[in-house]
Amino acid sequence: MTTPVLDCAEMGHRYGRRGTWGLRECTLTVPAGRVVALVGPNGAGKTTLLHLAAGLLLPTEGSVKVAGAAPGRRLERIGFVAQDSPLWPRLRVDDVLGIGAHLNPRWDKDLASERIARLGIPPRARIGALSGGQRAQVALTLVLAKRAELLLLDEPLANLDPLARREFLASMFDACTRTGAAVLFSSHVVAELERICDYLVVLADGRVRLAGDIDELRRAHRVIAGPAGWSTTAAEQPTAIPDDAAREGGGGWRLISTRQVAGRTSALVRVGAELVAGPGLEAAEPTFDELVLGYLDQHHSDKEHTQQGRTAHAEAPV
Amino acid sequence: MFRLDQGSVVPIYRQLMAQVRQELLLGRLRPGEQLPTVKEVVDALSVNPNTVAKAYRELEHEGLVRSRQGLGTFVATSPPTAMAAARPALLASLTRWVRRARAEGLQAEEMRALLAVALEEPAAAVDDRAGGRTA
Repeated sequence: MTTPVLDCAEMGHRYGRRGTWGLRECTLTVPAGRVVALVGPNGAGKTTLLHLAAGLLLPTEGSVKVAGAAPGRRLERIGFVAQDSPLWPRLRVDDVLGIGAHLNPRWDKDLASERIARLGIPPRARIGALSGGQRAQVALTLVLAKRAELLLLDEPLANLDPLARREFLASMFDACTRTGAAVLFSSHVVAELERICDYLVVLADGRVRLAGDIDELRRAHRVIAGPAGWSTTAAEQPTAIPDDAAREGGGGWRLISTRQVAGRTSALVRVGAELVAGPGLEAAEPTFDELVLGYLDQHHSDKEHTQQGRTAHAEAPV
Repeated sequence: MFRLDQGSVVPIYRQLMAQVRQELLLGRLRPGEQLPTVKEVVDALSVNPNTVAKAYRELEHEGLVRSRQGLGTFVATSPPTAMAAARPALLASLTRWVRRARAEGLQAEEMRALLAVALEEPAAAVDDRAGGRTA
């Protein structure tokens, strides 16, 4: 087996000696060419995970490796773009590219200048004068031209209009296919992720709630709809079934979360091999949104510590 | 040639597969013809290249297309016979059904809705894993 681009084992980070944990027990393996979406509410640990992978933070527990070594020893292979693509506003575009060429031994000069020209970004313009979308493109150009094997992008799609988004994604996907780069990007918007990522990581409260290939995850879950409250009687038992039983196809199922839609109760469950829904219940594979929101709901209801707190989510797909 | 239904119960790679099958059934893709390259589909739809590659891989597994190293993906010269043989008969019965629906005053939109319901009937789910949804 080839060395994964990113390999995290039980990785965690605590801010300060007695501070709060930004992330705990995160185990994640990303092979080349994968596009991984990190999803979760604000404060879930997305940025902490990205900073650990970029070598900007050191793990307090566990380990993180990029191409088999600590991120700090692999900086030439890592391309990190922080939220809002911060670049010196007073510098000109070609100055920024010049610095990139100076600092990166594997710099692809032609790629950088061609890309900037194709996007119609004036090379003599100051960064501060560019639109948010253009600035994001310059930042992406930097990490593409350094020919990074691991692209770490914090909320790359925020503030991009649909056209800029499309151009940005095309470049990102091109890097994946041409050089086999892996991408790890965060987003708190679920829409659109389905077509962008092939691997999903749902984070909440600094922990990984769900991680896997999106098609496999969808096959391993069902949305079961039935009369209002159908799951409350059964709810105590399924949660007792260990995760492994569900994963290994022991025929068990595990309740993730429920929501009330139009007087009926709809539950997201993780299932084993085949699931036969009881009378009056209808089972179906979840849509991408149902899967993600189902896990975010789980976090929500855990927090509320109440059975009654499981009301329909505001973003619920109906 | 591809269009995506985002938020569908059907995963994207399966949507792509279904659309290739449909083009074949309708004769708009002919044996030996080339499918759009992965890059073309990626650029047109802003969709993950791994997803497109997966759809093409599965279609190849079904014997409908063949990929030629460095050239692209092509419609197989002899696609599985079941599909070709079933086509005229199926189309004839479907045409009869459409005529009957028109006679009963249904619009095209309503017929599409009915077909969508029929496709999702559990009884109709033979080898379509995504079928059988009745949310």
